[in-house]
Amino acid sequence: MSQTRTRITLLDRVLTPSQSPRTQTMIATVGGSLFAVVLALAICAVMLAITGKNALDAYSTIIETGTDTNKLLETLRRATPLIFSATAVAVGFKMNLFNIGVEGQYLFAALIAAEAGSWVGLPAPLHVSYILIVAMIAGAAWASIAALLKAYKGIHEVISTIMLNYIALAVIQWLFESFFREEIEGNLNVKTSILPDSARIPDIVDGRLNGMFLVALLVVAVFWVLVYRSRFGFRLRASGHNAAAASTAGISARHMIIISMLISGAIAGLVAMQSVLGEAFAYGPSATPIQYGFAGITVALLGRNHPIGIVIAAILFGFLDSTSAALQLADVPNSIVKVMQAIIVLTVVIVNEATIRRLNVRTAEQARAKLETGGAS
Amino acid sequence: MSTANDAANGAENLAVQLDNIEKRFPGVIANHDVNLRVHPGTIHAIVGENGAGKSTLMKVLYGMHEPEAGTITINGERQVLRSPGDAIAAGIGMVHQHFMLADNFTVLENIILGSEPGHRGVIDFAAARVRLQTIMASLNTDLDLDAPVSDLGVGERQRVEIMKVLFRGARILILDEPTAVLVPEEVDELFATLRHLVNDGATVIFISHKLDEVLQVSDEITVMRQGTTVAQTLPGEIDRSGLAELMVGSELPSPEGRTTTVGDTVRLRVRELSVHNQEGREVVSGANLEVRSREIVGIAGVEGNGQYELCTALMGLQTARGVVEVDGVDLSDAPTRRRHQAGMAYIPFDRQREGLMLNSSLWENTLLGRDDEPRFRQGPLINQAEAKASSREIIERFRVKTPDETTPAFALSGGNQQKLVVGRALVSDPAVLIAAHPTRGIDVGAQAAVWDEIRGARDSGLAVLLISADLEELIGLSDTIAVMFDGKITARLDPDRISPAELGSYMTGAYQGVNS
Repeated sequence: MSQTRTRITLLDRVLTPSQSPRTQTMIATVGGSLFAVVLALAICAVMLAITGKNALDAYSTIIETGTDTNKLLETLRRATPLIFSATAVAVGFKMNLFNIGVEGQYLFAALIAAEAGSWVGLPAPLHVSYILIVAMIAGAAWASIAALLKAYKGIHEVISTIMLNYIALAVIQWLFESFFREEIEGNLNVKTSILPDSARIPDIVDGRLNGMFLVALLVVAVFWVLVYRSRFGFRLRASGHNAAAASTAGISARHMIIISMLISGAIAGLVAMQSVLGEAFAYGPSATPIQYGFAGITVALLGRNHPIGIVIAAILFGFLDSTSAALQLADVPNSIVKVMQAIIVLTVVIVNEATIRRLNVRTAEQARAKLETGGAS
Repeated sequence: MSTANDAANGAENLAVQLDNIEKRFPGVIANHDVNLRVHPGTIHAIVGENGAGKSTLMKVLYGMHEPEAGTITINGERQVLRSPGDAIAAGIGMVHQHFMLADNFTVLENIILGSEPGHRGVIDFAAARVRLQTIMASLNTDLDLDAPVSDLGVGERQRVEIMKVLFRGARILILDEPTAVLVPEEVDELFATLRHLVNDGATVIFISHKLDEVLQVSDEITVMRQGTTVAQTLPGEIDRSGLAELMVGSELPSPEGRTTTVGDTVRLRVRELSVHNQEGREVVSGANLEVRSREIVGIAGVEGNGQYELCTALMGLQTARGVVEVDGVDLSDAPTRRRHQAGMAYIPFDRQREGLMLNSSLWENTLLGRDDEPRFRQGPLINQAEAKASSREIIERFRVKTPDETTPAFALSGGNQQKLVVGRALVSDPAVLIAAHPTRGIDVGAQAAVWDEIRGARDSGLAVLLISADLEELIGLSDTIAVMFDGKITARLDPDRISPAELGSYMTGAYQGVNS
């Protein structure tokens, strides 16, 4: 509580009315997030101290191992799927849609894309593009169920996407076991057919960083242009800000729900592509990573649904993940990384909520005050 | 006018005394040299244009802002009010312009919410009821305490808000623009309620910019202009125009006056339009309307008689049967966006809920609904420079008071928000304007500006359908008045031959037909 109070007075000191509302928001958001991360580290330190561990040791282990060049590259690799899933979630958030179903969407897309990829033989760039497009279509197709339910039946997307996650798992298992599974004698690690070289995305740095990272950055850039610069994005944000005003202005909410959900699902379809095209070269129940859909929600929240915020948040999470093995060696339970991630999210959300509220009050006061005195500054 | 307490003390005996209040926000001054003297047991009006500092002052008095300088004296005692809690403890309560009630709770639950009587976590509803009976008696009102708030009309909701404040022990009530949301008869009821309250010894501070009301109901008047109090006067000593001059330093605007004549071409034609609400009840029944170029057709009616559904149906926001034509083009089944493109513009009933994205910048708000006009398009992208330029044009032409077009909409006063909404509707030269309460809740200066713009657009060919609860505005602006009652158009009247009082009788359904 007292921390929040100091932030608020700090906010008043850092920001001046001469800065535009946008600059003030930016400074407050960035400053607030940094403050929140420091606060989270402090809280974790207390927790470590209570359990008899030395927080400084733990943190120096994290810094030492994490800042090693190879580890930094690994950080980016770990961040890649998080960037996709967080961006998918953020597209929904822009329209006040909570797509909890990224998990099901990306796993479904991974299976379909891996299988479809093994059916054809194409030159390398085409083959890869084909698989990525199939993945996006498959992700969008799975998301379309929730989109149509919401648009035409008013069924809340949180309920339907959570349910659809379970349905997706069952459907995937059935498809995989019945049709797509590649029988290899004596191999317990079952997968779909292994993709040929033409369908693989090469590593940028061997074994450390995969080309999908660049695709992720591209998707984030497209997301930024789409949401903040395009007419579609304007309508999307308008619907998200005030659905009644948007429909009064002729923006069909139903239309926006369907399109944003499809885009969200399409981006979700790319989450596991680093694994399918760069690591395992197939879909497999144990080869394809799970849980990225939920981690994406956290990363989107941490990044405040902003493209740059998402990239930074994903890298932060990737960084913490990449150090967890080293922590184990330093006799610190590596679950502290998960705890730390969770605390960071909580503190960022709380601090940001407090700063934004204060900021809104300030903005209104400044605007009014400027006018009441005949427009100084 | 001091009635309850010992009046002999004269000047010392004040319910509220503010001396030299100054309130600065970082870098700017919002209130300066504000002096206020409110006698107990009176209705004290504070008038001023939007942006004159009334709201800031009231927030100072309600503990939401702490002043940098000056003193607050409540009932003879110096007070430092750091929070609304302090203000409530000092006996001050605030009734906000926008109600803060939970729809799914009953009247009783809403009133006690946050200060529930009882002990050990068990709410003593019986005790609350007893206290509320006393409060209702003091207001001379009778509300069903067990009715859900969602069933109440606007006037009743406001009474719930007043009771909420009284329940917390307030004896000094601040009402922020209480009549802005009310229809004429509800206003009369409110004033009767307030009169009972002050006769009972309470003090009412009443913020308004409607001069007739202020003169009618208040015992004393304080006028604010540009952040400071400029005069304190009595309603017997000043008239409407004198008060207006104090407020704005200019003469009172009038909605009347036209030099052009109604055109011949019918721009908006509505035939047999019927709307059913979600429960299947017919809320608009077979409405027929024609609006010509250079014509304003006014729709009079007590709120809730189908005006809202008529407008939303015309804009394609609600399914309806019947024919809607603009300039001969049949739009009966067209979606909202096509109606916009065909030249229909809309000033919605509730500017905040239906008209604005409060958290977005003004330029994004002025772009809303206009983003497919060629000048704002850059392939699939938005030409932001154009959008901002257009926003600045609207801000300038419609005299929206704002630092710039990047300011978020919530930072503007209600009147300026409205001017922005009106500007957005008129700037693209529409063929037909549907204007719902275009000057509701805005001050004299802004009202004159909005009227000027609507008249100007009309003179250059616009057809206007005007919905208003302000009868003077309806009579003054309209070329024809249609009365809506219970979903039907029950009368067509010539505004030149009707008084507000007569129009009121038509609105309650007492008369029907044609007055000419």
